[in-house]
Amino acid sequence: MKFTKFVAALATSVALMATVATASAESVLRVAMTTGDLPTTTGAPTQGLEGMRFAGYPVFEPLVMWDLRKTEGPVTVIPWLAKEFKTDPNDRNKWIFTLRDDVNFHDGSKFDADAVIWNLERYYNDKAEHFDPAAAAYLRSRASLLKSWEKIDDHTVAITTSTPTSYFPEIVAGILMVSPKQWEAVGKDWSKFAEKPAGTGPFTFSDVNRNQLTLSKNDAYWNKERAAKLDKITLQAMPEATTRMAALMSGQVDWIEAPSPDSIPVLEGADFEVVTTSFPHVWPYWLKIADDTPFKDPKVRQALNYAVDREGLVALLNGTAEPASGFWKKGDPRYGNPKNDYKYDPAKAKALLKEAGYKDDELVKVKVMITTAGSGQMMPLQMNELLQQSAKEAGFDLEFSVVDFAKMLAVRFNDKAPEMQGVVAMNSSFTTADMMWFYFSFYPKNWAGYADPEAIALMDEYRNTFEGDTTPILAKLHEKLVDDAPWAWIVHSRNPVAMSKKVKGYTPVQSWYTDLTLIDVED
Amino acid sequence: MLSLIAKRLIHALPILFGVTLLVFALIQMMPGTIADLMVPPGSPPELVAEIGKLYGFDRPVWEQYLRWLFQVLSGNLGLSVATGKPVAAELFAALSNTLKITIAAAILGFGLAILFGAIAAIYHRRWPDRVFSVLMTAGLSLPNYWLAILCVAIFSVKLRWLPPQGIGPAGLPLHWDQWKFMILPVIALSMIPIGVVGRLVRATVLDILSQEFITALEARGLPWRRIWLHIAKNAAPAALALMGLQFGYMIGGSILIETVFNWPGTGQLLNQAIFTRDVTMIQATVLLLAVIFVAVNLLVDILQGAIDPRMRR
Repeated sequence: MKFTKFVAALATSVALMATVATASAESVLRVAMTTGDLPTTTGAPTQGLEGMRFAGYPVFEPLVMWDLRKTEGPVTVIPWLAKEFKTDPNDRNKWIFTLRDDVNFHDGSKFDADAVIWNLERYYNDKAEHFDPAAAAYLRSRASLLKSWEKIDDHTVAITTSTPTSYFPEIVAGILMVSPKQWEAVGKDWSKFAEKPAGTGPFTFSDVNRNQLTLSKNDAYWNKERAAKLDKITLQAMPEATTRMAALMSGQVDWIEAPSPDSIPVLEGADFEVVTTSFPHVWPYWLKIADDTPFKDPKVRQALNYAVDREGLVALLNGTAEPASGFWKKGDPRYGNPKNDYKYDPAKAKALLKEAGYKDDELVKVKVMITTAGSGQMMPLQMNELLQQSAKEAGFDLEFSVVDFAKMLAVRFNDKAPEMQGVVAMNSSFTTADMMWFYFSFYPKNWAGYADPEAIALMDEYRNTFEGDTTPILAKLHEKLVDDAPWAWIVHSRNPVAMSKKVKGYTPVQSWYTDLTLIDVED
Repeated sequence: MLSLIAKRLIHALPILFGVTLLVFALIQMMPGTIADLMVPPGSPPELVAEIGKLYGFDRPVWEQYLRWLFQVLSGNLGLSVATGKPVAAELFAALSNTLKITIAAAILGFGLAILFGAIAAIYHRRWPDRVFSVLMTAGLSLPNYWLAILCVAIFSVKLRWLPPQGIGPAGLPLHWDQWKFMILPVIALSMIPIGVVGRLVRATVLDILSQEFITALEARGLPWRRIWLHIAKNAAPAALALMGLQFGYMIGGSILIETVFNWPGTGQLLNQAIFTRDVTMIQATVLLLAVIFVAVNLLVDILQGAIDPRMRR
């Protein structure tokens, strides 16, 4: 009897301990980013779109948001902190945002129209006490169309743009809201706010230090349907691909961004999961369309598009890219039906060059500015060397002006820069996710010097169309672009991410961002 | 001795002034303006001008230099162009991280270099000389970043004994949780000093051993432990000078090691600053490294003077 009691007590204790252990086990996702430094934590994250992906949207939220649970087709903008948004039919410059009334910041203060106005003044009002020059420098250039803003009532704000812009919500999706009360509480100092930030998102920053950011689940999150499954996420900056791979393989992290293509077979062989996705990205050559360049003739531009060995590049990149024959991808409703379907076809490229007046064995000299590395540039040196070889077979002699990525950004609009001398093409990759970059690329004035009247009319039409399905306009515009070829369309990245098999719930969508609330880590 | 210190200090001042001029001029020679770097590509020129004005980049170059110099002298290194954070805080945090592995690597590297060099010299042309000479040549010849990757592959990925990257918990390295992050970077960083200093110690000791005063000391019946003291005293100035230079190189030149191990020190900071064209950070980091280099060599000069009276003349 005594022995039976002892066994029962022991079993109960073990069960209790197991329950306690299970209850206290936290699910933690440890992420290695490709960034050189940790993003800033003030709601205006640095380190590009990767910074926004991990230290932006999970903690701070915009009035309208990319729908990161839309797995089919391009991601669109949906209501978020604003439950409704519309333009005034009598004044298309004016956008009305009706705010949710059930949202609190992480510090417990209320999100309302005053908070929205305060946040806009942080970026746009140089005279405001809380004006943040560093954040303003970045945001203003992305969202330069904002002209004025006003509070209509506690839950309604109006924002006026300088010109009618149908894609304005995509711009608003980049403006994140932070708590005005928390900024006051930390002494009205943005650097102190960075140590104790407060937004409205599904995660909070629970620890901010120089080497690691820790995000913790926000138990009071307003959107119960999208509450986080993870208890914590830790973020570390690891710019070196080899270091990230070693960290994943040694069990130090669970998730690495952008494993190098060479490492993918090794990672898969070691039982890690490598996920690629149809990514809104394009890796092109911008072509200078001017009187003194070969690209003035559209036939030469088309010929270069037929001189690109896309399949060779895909093989070089171990399948982490897919061939590009336009700004958008085939299958995207905006792709349309262009006359040209660009594939590597040296004979066709040479025939087009002949039509353009070049002799049979003549090589068209093209000097391209390329980079050694950089955001979205993948493996630019190796990729360009492959292109150089394949283009020679098709009548082009590619020469490179090699610079670092930051230098390209600094000099590409400066024709007098030494590195720009003789350059008639530019290898700079791009997001295709939002229309702002589309207009930057193709609406005059653009780097290529592309100014086709029909394309401009279509872009004007799209910008002024606020109701109904705008896809046919974009499809027609895209057909025009593909055939006019102001760019040589080369590849789209497939954004590889490698993770431990413990990571569950990762749902790739056509976006540079990820819904981290869907993810969990199971032991 | 005091006059030696004063002289050396006075000599260091124009060097430091020259360094500030050079650092400032290098940044001015870069294409574009600093304001161009602070805004994303395609930003309107008005915005670039406005940002430039906010930071005073519209002022004449000499005025910008003087303002920067006074700021630096008052301990204000400005704000990072890339992150908007104060440069001084970032830089000194990075320097303290670099010092953690550099000091440890210097102790390990210089200690082993003296040991290997001395043993090789004593057993000249015998097997210990050959073994340690090969080791020292390997330390000098093998790229330390390659060795670093090899160490990670073996000790982190394969055996899982040590972490492959990162710095671990903050604070002074007093616990295993912190040491384990330091072991591989320290080993990789100490390889070059072992080679460079070890070979010099071997050559210097061999040279001293061949000199007549050693034979004279031995003939007078002085025990070898006393003779070694004389050898050490004679070999020290040359070895110290090289160690000073090596220590400076290790602080400034650990870029590759810090990159491989993702160690957040000055090397990694400088590497990132170059890639992001964070000119204020580059300026401050180069300046600080130059000051440390000058300071370490100043200290070595003084130590040499203390050891060798001829240096005081």
